[in-house]
Amino acid sequence: MAGGLANKASTDKVLMKGNEAIAEAAIRGGCRFFFGYPITPQNEIPEYMSRRLPEVGGVYLQAESEVAAINMVYGAAAAGARVMTSSSSPGISLKQEGLSYIAACELPCVVVNMMRGGPGLGGIQPSQSDYFQATKGGGHGDYHLIVFGPASVQEAADITCEAFSIADYYRNPVMILGDGALGQMMEPVEFRPVEEPELPPKTWATTGARGRRPNIITSLELEPALLEELNRRLAAKYEKIKRELVRFDTYKLEDAHWAIVAYGMMARVARAAVDKARARGIRAGLFRPISLFPFPYDSLARVAEQVRAFLTVEMSMGQMVEDVKLAVLGKRPVHFYGRTGGVVPTAQEILQALERIIQNEAPQNANGAWQKEGDAGAEGFWATGGFN
Amino acid sequence: MLEEVIIAGFGGQGVMVMGYLLAYAAMREGKNVSWIPSYGPEMRGGTANCSVVISRDSEVASPIVSEPTTLIAMNRPSLDKFERMLVPGGLLVVNASLVDREPERRDIDILKVPANDIANELGNMRVANMVVLGAFVARRGCVEPASVIGSLEKVLPPHHHDLIPLNEEAFARGAGLASLRPSMQP
Repeated sequence: MAGGLANKASTDKVLMKGNEAIAEAAIRGGCRFFFGYPITPQNEIPEYMSRRLPEVGGVYLQAESEVAAINMVYGAAAAGARVMTSSSSPGISLKQEGLSYIAACELPCVVVNMMRGGPGLGGIQPSQSDYFQATKGGGHGDYHLIVFGPASVQEAADITCEAFSIADYYRNPVMILGDGALGQMMEPVEFRPVEEPELPPKTWATTGARGRRPNIITSLELEPALLEELNRRLAAKYEKIKRELVRFDTYKLEDAHWAIVAYGMMARVARAAVDKARARGIRAGLFRPISLFPFPYDSLARVAEQVRAFLTVEMSMGQMVEDVKLAVLGKRPVHFYGRTGGVVPTAQEILQALERIIQNEAPQNANGAWQKEGDAGAEGFWATGGFN
Repeated sequence: MLEEVIIAGFGGQGVMVMGYLLAYAAMREGKNVSWIPSYGPEMRGGTANCSVVISRDSEVASPIVSEPTTLIAMNRPSLDKFERMLVPGGLLVVNASLVDREPERRDIDILKVPANDIANELGNMRVANMVVLGAFVARRGCVEPASVIGSLEKVLPPHHHDLIPLNEEAFARGAGLASLRPSMQP
């Protein structure tokens, strides 16, 4: 099937797979080096890069393994290049050591994980069970990736393009956390002109030391005081990232009494569930984190002031739900519905999960026996007229 | 208008291209659209399917179709697998040349298309998919036939462009089998 930019329609939009759109967006974002190793369901990214990168003077190289690929990324990033790798869950696990080194050395790069069902070699169908690994470090040591979870082909393209500037600005690896469905689906996508922010020159890069002192990039630091200093500097950077990079989206949340929280592909199914619920007179709304690190804790905490309960929906056994609980801090019940192993919850299933929660949370009789421990704002809710 | 289509058949029957053409046509018309394939082991020789969602008024919520408004079944395993998922009042398009059983559902619109027989008459079995697509588009009107025809040169690789007239003919033959009966879905 002929994909790609040759398919220009009457509009400026093209129909592309998520994987292809990410690859094209990376090139537009300045990516000139790609190192990878094949794995389903992300193979269209290296395939596209192998074709397109030589056209723009870049380098595509299929490494002998995921470990080799991430260390090539390490080297290219150290030399100041805009560089990307992509893989899917088991392959991303193999890259964790390299990612820890890259984060320790504060090198910018972009990593795509099109998640598939795990654990182990697992399957090839979509999943979101690498959330912990992506957002909490993944490899060893006190570090974080910046993580985005796009929910459409357009958003995946936009964020990937921007990710290279973000990585350069914060000198931090950025992960695009998608799933097999996002990678495989086609949607219309428009590539807008790229506006590069002004970025500091990469004076730290190992570009040849003629006429200057050598730049040394290493993660080895045997002096505890100096290593602690690095960790403090990293922590301060992550705090800055938390202040500056939080992104989320909402759908019909303004007057909602029941908030569904979901990211990526799952958020789209959840949006359909919100519409189904609304059609039944249930005031449901959607909160969709776009940045997963930094997680939108504060904004979600404000939602807790308004809704009666949360339902987190994931293609996992429950990972992001822990961050939702951290945000809500017990002010409201936080429920979970998930399918895993490559099974994608349907809108109908999410609606049923929501209806079960409403049944259990709702008063069993006129005495209002629903109020449970932790429901601190319940009176306020009844004062505003009850649910629905 | 919200059309959620599952197109299913054997690998090689062209079900992915049918979906791609439909999605491309919808995009040309400025509609919101998504296309998603099954990409599991079934792609290696067994049954294959793709889902297309076309929405005129709002962006596509879920690209994953669990309650199709239309099922296009190019073979019997596809009918067996997906028939029960169709919404009441939905449309079932069956490739009557290959499907050797009657549909069980009585609450749906059924369009039987002898696609392989017609493709055979046209001299190329591979355009059976276009016959079925023509019948579907004529029945539902979710995209204009001209948009599908206009998408052929974008969707088919250049080395198959000599087959575009044949594809158009197959599409027209299919369209001739069905009259417009738009979706009852909102």
